[in-house]
Amino acid sequence: MQTVFIMKKRLEVPFDREELIKLKAGDTVVLSGTLLVARDAAHKRFFEALQKGEELPVSLDGDTIYYMGPTPARPGKVTGSAGPTTAGRMDKYTPRLLDMGLCAMIGKGRRSEEVCEAMVRNKAVYFAAVGGAGAYLSKCITASEVVAYEDLGPEAVRRLTVEDFPVIVVADAAGGRLY
Amino acid sequence: MGTGVSVDWKILMREIDVKIITENIKEMCISVNHRLSDDMEEAMRGAAKKESCGRGREVLDILCKNLEVAGQEQIPICQDTGMAVVFLETGQDVHLTGGDLTEAVNEGVRQGYEEGYLRKSVVSDPVIRDNTGDNTPAVIHTEIVPGDRVKITLAPKGFGSENMSRIHMLKPADGIEGIKEAVLRTVKEAGPNACPPFVVGVGIGGDFEKCAILAKKALLRKVGEKNADRPEYVGALERELLEEINKTGIGPAGLGGDTTALGVNIEVFPTHIAGLPVAVSICCHVNRHETRVL
Repeated sequence: MQTVFIMKKRLEVPFDREELIKLKAGDTVVLSGTLLVARDAAHKRFFEALQKGEELPVSLDGDTIYYMGPTPARPGKVTGSAGPTTAGRMDKYTPRLLDMGLCAMIGKGRRSEEVCEAMVRNKAVYFAAVGGAGAYLSKCITASEVVAYEDLGPEAVRRLTVEDFPVIVVADAAGGRLY
Repeated sequence: MGTGVSVDWKILMREIDVKIITENIKEMCISVNHRLSDDMEEAMRGAAKKESCGRGREVLDILCKNLEVAGQEQIPICQDTGMAVVFLETGQDVHLTGGDLTEAVNEGVRQGYEEGYLRKSVVSDPVIRDNTGDNTPAVIHTEIVPGDRVKITLAPKGFGSENMSRIHMLKPADGIEGIKEAVLRTVKEAGPNACPPFVVGVGIGGDFEKCAILAKKALLRKVGEKNADRPEYVGALERELLEEINKTGIGPAGLGGDTTALGVNIEVFPTHIAGLPVAVSICCHVNRHETRVL
């Protein structure tokens, strides 16, 4: 879909780490490739599994998590509305996931100091997508599949394929921040 | 009362079957999640034209485009289709028949969220957190008013912005300056988390819970609407707060700009000699609500 953002950069996901660390807070980017989707309930389960020494149902190493819980897809559609949710609610769980190799996150809103420190330590990047633009953003999603915790319904872990998905760098790998 | 006179109340009371309420709630759940009211849509388009920051303008253009896509393709405007908040003003000359009113409202929500492909975002217990699977129960505020009509307002509330709403129990000495400071502080804290541009509902007076309900009801008024019934200072305070909020630079999506709020709506109520309660209900740009009168 034609995006309105005046785009500076196109990048593939999962990211090439070399490319990822070049990004600076404020850069606008369009992403194509695959992303993981997880929000509150899935993060809680990830965290509890790790506490018990269990393996996660999906590998996060080198991957990107989009904080999102979609509306149900209408028949014949790939997804329903699919905009970002507030990232700060995942802060409690995020440093641990970053230390396991998670390299990027997409959401909206502020992150805690602990998350920002863990991002710098692991050279990870936090992006924002436009909050409340779920219908528009859904047009950039070409495939969606539940890959774990199906019982969580809208909070299940998904694998999305995206095309020209518009985001902006809020916090970069060097510690630079837009807000 | 021992007078021996029997009254047939059915002659005096207008009967309304609660199934009609279910049907209306169902339809409203679906419609409000796909199309904003005209005043909200106009406010968004007007802001997109006026915004002076390039990035803010880009975000507003995306949000306007989002409204078009949502309406044309029947995709909810936002994936957070909210917790259903229902205001029911019931005329005291109405007799509701055919079942339990609360269950009738919840049934409307259940059907609307299922048939409208809306997200089920409600958990049965705040600690145990199992999704109820049908977006019920709704939050229902009932009020008995004169007359024989039932006025139903549905306002599904997303929690990105609900989480940033606040109540401030100010002192009378804090006065209007204290109110301004409380509202501005709340808006700044909400910032990029709550999906600006906001509509800010402010409830002043009453007590702890009354001011919160006033603040939420304030969101139902048209943005920029004048209300002649209120004290004169209210309109001036709304204008001044809107100006101050838009000077914060938070901007659309919190990415910078001069459109941080589309409107500030204030409701006031008498209060206690010792208090000055102020509630600030932050609503994102997807300020959804519809009212029907039966």
